[in-house]
Order: sequence, then C-alpha cells, then structure tokens
Amino acid sequence: MFLTNYIKTIYSSVKSLLIGMNRTGYYFTHHKEIITQNYPDVTPVFPERFRGEVVMTHDEKNEHRCTGCSACEIACPNGTIKIVTKFDVSPDGKKKKAIDKFVYHLELCTMCNLCVVACPTDAIKMDQTFEHSVFNRADLTKVLNKPGSKLMEGVE
Amino acid sequence: MWSIEGITNIVHVWLNQQFNPTIALLLEFSIVGFLVINFFAVLGLVLVFMERKVSAYMQVRLGPNRVGYKGMLQTAADTLKLLLKEGLTPNGADKFLFNLAPYVVMISAMLLMAPIAFAKNWQMWDMNIGVLYVASISSVSVIGILMAGWASNNKYSLLGAMRSGAQIVSYELSAGLSIIAIVILTGSLQLSTIIESQQNGWWIFKGHIPAIIAFVIFLIAATAETNRAPFDMAEAESELTAGFHTEYSGMKFALFFLAEYANIFIVCAIASTLFLGGWMPFHIGNWEAFNHIMDYIPSIIWFFGKVFFLIFVIMWFRWTFPRLRIDQLLNLEWKYLLPIGMINVLFVTLMAIMGWHF
Repeated sequence: MFLTNYIKTIYSSVKSLLIGMNRTGYYFTHHKEIITQNYPDVTPVFPERFRGEVVMTHDEKNEHRCTGCSACEIACPNGTIKIVTKFDVSPDGKKKKAIDKFVYHLELCTMCNLCVVACPTDAIKMDQTFEHSVFNRADLTKVLNKPGSKLMEGVE
Repeated sequence: MWSIEGITNIVHVWLNQQFNPTIALLLEFSIVGFLVINFFAVLGLVLVFMERKVSAYMQVRLGPNRVGYKGMLQTAADTLKLLLKEGLTPNGADKFLFNLAPYVVMISAMLLMAPIAFAKNWQMWDMNIGVLYVASISSVSVIGILMAGWASNNKYSLLGAMRSGAQIVSYELSAGLSIIAIVILTGSLQLSTIIESQQNGWWIFKGHIPAIIAFVIFLIAATAETNRAPFDMAEAESELTAGFHTEYSGMKFALFFLAEYANIFIVCAIASTLFLGGWMPFHIGNWEAFNHIMDYIPSIIWFFGKVFFLIFVIMWFRWTFPRLRIDQLLNLEWKYLLPIGMINVLFVTLMAIMGWHF
C-alpha cells in the first residue's frame, strides 16, 4: 500500500511538472503569443474599456450634450469635476441655465468611471489617451467644453 | 577535418623551441589560466543574456532588446555598471572573510574546468580520477557561500548560507550516486576513457532506463547544487532578500553572479560528458555512412551544443517550476531521490555484470 502511494506520488508529480514544461515550451517556441507592446516605437493597442481621461464629446457643429445638471460633480468621489454655470438669455427673454466651464482636475481623477455612469445625457465619456505627464501642475486642470460651444438642440 | 587540437600542438612545439621545457610549461600554464578567466567572463555575459531571453520568452515577454543588436550588449552594459559601483563592506562584517568569500566561490568554479574535455584531445588535465575530482571540488564552493553568509553579520545571509549547506550536503549524495552509475558501466574514473567508451552510442541510450533515471536524478541534483530555482533556498529572494549575498555590492556581487553561471556550465558539461558523450558525435551502432557524416561536425561544436542544450533545460526548469520550501526540498532528496538512486545503482550493477548494455 505504501509503495503504490509512493509510486503514484512520483507519477503524478512528474506528470504535472511535464505539463508545466509543455506550457512554457509552447510559449518559448511560439513568439506570436508575446503580449509586450513596443510602446514608444509602436502605438499601443488598448482594450476597449481602457480608461485614460474624461472628455466631453462635441459634434462637428461644436455642440455638446452637457446640460449642466451637476450629476457628475455629485457622483465624483474626490472632487475632480467642478461645473461653473451661467444663464443664457433666450430670444424671447427667458433665462436659461447652461454651463460656462466644465472644469476637470486630471490630477485628482482615479478613472473610476462614476461620472460617465451618472451622466443622464451621455455628454462625457472616457478617452483612451494616456500620456498625461506635464511640466506644470496647472496644465492638468482642464476645461472640457470647447470655447464657443453650446448645448445641442433637443437634449433636454 | 578541422580540429582545434592542431593549434595547441603548434603552440606547444613553438614554446618548446624558444624556451627550456620548464619555462615553456610555466608559459603554457599562464596561457591556460588567461584563457580560463576570459572564457568565464564571456560565458557569464552569454549565459546571463541567454537566461534573460529564455525567461522572457517563457513568460510571454520580449526581454532585453534595446542595447546593441537585439539587446546583445545588455549584459556587457550591466557588467560595466557593476564594475563602476562601490564595493561596500559593512561595518560589523568580518572584513577578511567577507572579501575572501567571492574569490573562494569563483576559484572553486574555475578549478572544475581542469578535467573537462572541450574537444577531441583538448583537455587541460586528463587525470585518472577526474570524476572523483569533479565531485569533491564541486562541494568546495559551499565553503565560500558559508563564509559569505557568516562574515556578512546579517541574519538573512546566515540563514541563506546554512540552507545552502544543508542543500549541498543532501544533494551531493544523489549526484554522486548517479555519477557512480556511469562509473560502474565504464569501469573508469578518467573522463577521457568515459568519453571513449561512448564511441558506439551515448550512455543515455546504451544504458537503457537506469541510465535515463540516473541522468534525470543528476540533472535535479545539479540544479540543486548550483542553488538555482526551484531549489534557490540559499538566495530565496522572497524570504531572505538575497540570501548569502545580501550585503555584497559591485564587483564582489558580480563574482557571485558569475560563479553561479560558471557552475551551471560546469555541471552541464559534466552531465554531457557522462551521459551524452562529451565531444563524441552522435553515432548509431554500425551505420557507417551516418557515423561518417556525424564525424564531419567538429567535436567542439558537439560539446558546446550538448552543454547549451542542458543549460537550456535547466533554465526551462527555473522558469517553469514553483519554488520548494526548505522541508520539501529535503523531503525530495531523502525520501525520493536517494532511495531511487540507490535502487538504480543496483540495477546498473546488475546490468554491468550481466553485460546487458550495448
């Protein structure tokens, strides 16, 4: 009984070691499996859900979809987003709330995606840019709405 | 056929014409010493690069690929960095032993070079107890490791050194037993005779299953003796920072590093000499035509091909297998390898007496 167990142990351990060696041997001979990307030489390919920074989408008429509802500002766990609102006066004399600046502090952002989830109008999304290093810290504070842009018709 | 033997003969004859025999012999000694030191330096560079590339490919990475063509000069750059670094000696250390230890390890590795046959008739010292010499000198390096661990005045170093001692004492046994298997079959301790006996086939083929078992046990024991993963108890990065060379820096660290790779080369050279025929080409029985074609490949290429194949296998072990704990390590030796090795020696003896091998 002892001897059979002894031989069984040797057999099963040698077998499992050979399975491991087979796997690494496969990777050694199949270089196409290599997942390293030569980053500065070759533009890296990211997975679809990679989160680099928050951007606001603008269409070709320089219109965005942000109504200034501040849902993202409330959702953000570390105060990355600050929305400055202004009042537009419409042609018929009504005052209407709109965003003046969508201030985004990249240095505080943890890319948690909660603001994008909270947005009721899909105005912001996560971009895949990742080269964020700058010489001046103030450069990391960004205004996401482009100058002169206005709210898209029919979003509200 | 091209042979390296001619060059040494020309040098020998020329030296003896120019000087009297004593001075000629001394000059030959210094030439050999110079060659060995340079061979070790080149070997270290090549093997470290090979290890890094092999590990990278096995882990689905690219490995060094920036310095020189495809990263070839990476290890040369690393060595240059180590040369320029400060060789620090800690305050509480035993300065003499601390500085001596890397040289003991290195010199014991160099001494092992003496009986190895690199090519046909190209051997530094063909002594009649070559195998015994190899087995005894290879255990001297543990003294250097113990020295390093003790003199560092550091608990990690000491633990690593003690483990290394326990490991080498254990694994010497099974390495010795598998060497004895071949010595029984050959009936000689002389490495050149062992190689000659493999003229009609290497021992791993001629010796049937017992020779294969002995070969596998020798490879495992060699991996353990060189303190490489999965048996890297002496270094144990995850437990003991760097084991016995925690306190070493600069060139003294580089010497330990170099000695590790030199030892790998040597154990693989011994394994290929004993089991794979050393410089002997691959011969199959009486197939004259096939054997002649094989003879056209220079013997030095055969030797280095076999050695580098075995080095690759040992690297393959390192980058595949999980590390063992110290108790598992000793279990493996005393409960598995040693009994199997002993029974194997019995079978080999029976085979040699009955003449069952080819």
